Amino acid sequence: MANMSLKKVPMPEQKPEVRARNFEEVTLGYSKAMAEEEAGRCLNCKNKPCVNGCPVGVRIPEFIEKIKEGNLDEAYDVIKSTNGLPAVCGRVCPQEHQCEGKCVRGIKGEPVGIGRLERFVADYAMEKGKSNSDKPAHNGHKVAVVGAGPAGLTCAGDLARKGYSVTVFEAFHVAGGVLMYGIPEFRLPKSIVQKEITSLKELGVEIMTDMVIGKVLSLDEIMDMGYEAIFVGSGAGLPNFMGIEGESLIGVCSANEYLTRINLMKGYLDEYDTPVLKSKSVAVVGGGNVAMDAARSAMRMGAEHVYIVYRRSEDELPARKEEVHHAKDEGIEFMLLTNPVKINSDENGRAKSMECVKMELGEPDASGRRRPVEIKGSNFDLEVDTVIMSIGTSPNPLIRKTTTGIEANKRGCLVVDEDMMTTREGIYAGGDAVTGAATVILAMGAGKKAAASIDTYITSK
Amino acid sequence: MFKIVHKRFLNESVCLMDIQAPFIAKKAQPGQFIIFRIDEMGERIPLTIADYDREMGTVTIIYQIVGKSTKHLSELNEGDTILDFVGPLGVPTHVDEEAKSVCVIGGGVGCAIAYPQAKSLFNKGLDVTVIAGFRNKDIVILEDEFKAVSSKFIITTDDGSYGVKGFVTTALQELIESGKKFDEVIAIGPVPMMKFVCDVTKKYDIKTTVSLNPIMIDGTGMCGGCRVTVDGQIKYACVDGPDFDGHKVNFEELTKRNSTYREQEHDCRMLNQAKNI
Repeated sequence: MANMSLKKVPMPEQKPEVRARNFEEVTLGYSKAMAEEEAGRCLNCKNKPCVNGCPVGVRIPEFIEKIKEGNLDEAYDVIKSTNGLPAVCGRVCPQEHQCEGKCVRGIKGEPVGIGRLERFVADYAMEKGKSNSDKPAHNGHKVAVVGAGPAGLTCAGDLARKGYSVTVFEAFHVAGGVLMYGIPEFRLPKSIVQKEITSLKELGVEIMTDMVIGKVLSLDEIMDMGYEAIFVGSGAGLPNFMGIEGESLIGVCSANEYLTRINLMKGYLDEYDTPVLKSKSVAVVGGGNVAMDAARSAMRMGAEHVYIVYRRSEDELPARKEEVHHAKDEGIEFMLLTNPVKINSDENGRAKSMECVKMELGEPDASGRRRPVEIKGSNFDLEVDTVIMSIGTSPNPLIRKTTTGIEANKRGCLVVDEDMMTTREGIYAGGDAVTGAATVILAMGAGKKAAASIDTYITSK
Repeated sequence: MFKIVHKRFLNESVCLMDIQAPFIAKKAQPGQFIIFRIDEMGERIPLTIADYDREMGTVTIIYQIVGKSTKHLSELNEGDTILDFVGPLGVPTHVDEEAKSVCVIGGGVGCAIAYPQAKSLFNKGLDVTVIAGFRNKDIVILEDEFKAVSSKFIITTDDGSYGVKGFVTTALQELIESGKKFDEVIAIGPVPMMKFVCDVTKKYDIKTTVSLNPIMIDGTGMCGGCRVTVDGQIKYACVDGPDFDGHKVNFEELTKRNSTYREQEHDCRMLNQAKNI
């Protein structure tokens, strides 16, 4: 008999007033008993809507059944057979729009906590040191992957499991992409990312860091080195700015810069050399996951006031619900229906305040969301010494600028066909480089699809 | 890991190192830069490439000891390794194909970057004038190297202890007024020097390229920290530069932005000095 509770088993977490000032993980994870209780809420439906909602097709009811049976090793095998980074996905996927959004239990009450269960199984396996990576026999083919983010790592893992010899080229000094430089430690501990990467290396994936492809090697040179296909997962790392007055003042930066200094360069730890802005009062412009990450990081860096400045209303916030909820608990102040107009300077060229205007929602725009319109004369100054722009990113142009025959659309996104192949034969692409800024799991889905296409391409040559 | 294969001090506070980095050495062009990180705790520091040897697979960097990371690097020796060395980043310097006479100006440690420019242009058969400016005689670097790659070489010192007394702009102005024609000027050095050179060349309408050195992290266009205003537009020095038309650069803004972490840099220096006492 299923557990008919309308609510998920609550996730243990650090108290808001404590965690708002430390970088340790906010949510602590289910115990075995909690996981079994939550697993009991799954009805094991015949048509499995949750699986359709998962970009990498994790066989969700099957792994949850294994938890119910207490067979965690097998639960892990089920997940790992389609998802290369379960400990990551369990933490950062927007489950409410994917698997959990389709869960039958969600019609009346809360859906099954699929993300929490996935995380529980992955953490169990990691703790146990369970390795699922018997190195497969080499099939004699070489494939290169550009970018060691979620798309590239997933593609590399899937190909390696099929016996390909895979080399991943990464521009930064460490693999992981946005999992390392973007998502903060308190939401996704870096040791977990590195463990997932180690398990890929055990599969035989070679990762070369400090390699900026397009500069140190071109895609053509990589092909000449004997790689039969290339997957480009170079992401969407180029930060957008608003184009308002005062954006070049000291104290104004992109969320990418702020988060990279803190996460990748570990600027929040004294023993690391990279400096981070010291802020009293911070405005983060934007309402996505990255904005929440930047705001919550600023709070942990010691700011007294941290504002989210977003031009639409709460319903339109693109961030995961859980992140918004956590941010509010931690004391982040939400200034919704508010848009920056200009940033004012003190006599030393430092930001001292941001002029904002109030907005109201008008008719729906092309995205189907109601368009925010300025309320004339509602301008006011918000006193801040730091402004973090988190209004989206664009694909990095390095590859398309240095490779002939690769087409991109007006927004700079690489054009691919239904098999994820670019306009150059043998060169595939996926993730944010193709879609523009999206989510970790969509990038992983793209990497997975490309790996299958690359396998077909090479074996049918 | 990247090995230091050669090290020598050019003066008390300027150090030259050849780093084993064959992939970069194969591709590097004058005007491009690398980013290094000494160890796990280190910052990512950008440095313009001073020279390269494609056959030996080495890249030469020349840097002034100004803060913790450059100090630490200068304490390493031949045979030691550093953790990260990435490049070649940025766009190579572009000099007009039609140009016949070019003036290359270096200020202080900026001469390290002016040198490969002079060398490359001189080897292409151009008439290369080099003006190298220093505070005083004690910190003069690369004198012999410059002489070998220029048709005319002038050293200036602020205090007159060596060469011509005065600033590089004094020498430049005199050359122009004495009738010397330059198709292009390349100026590399401290921000105020580049600005003053541009003030002079603007009067005579001589195209001037400057190499900018803003704060940056990744060097691939990802952080936006190195943004500079050029001709009223935001440009990223790491991917659009580091060379820009000096007559269009907002130097005042660059100077301010470069002071973003001055307080932390100061604290860090103090802390290190205290540790060494």
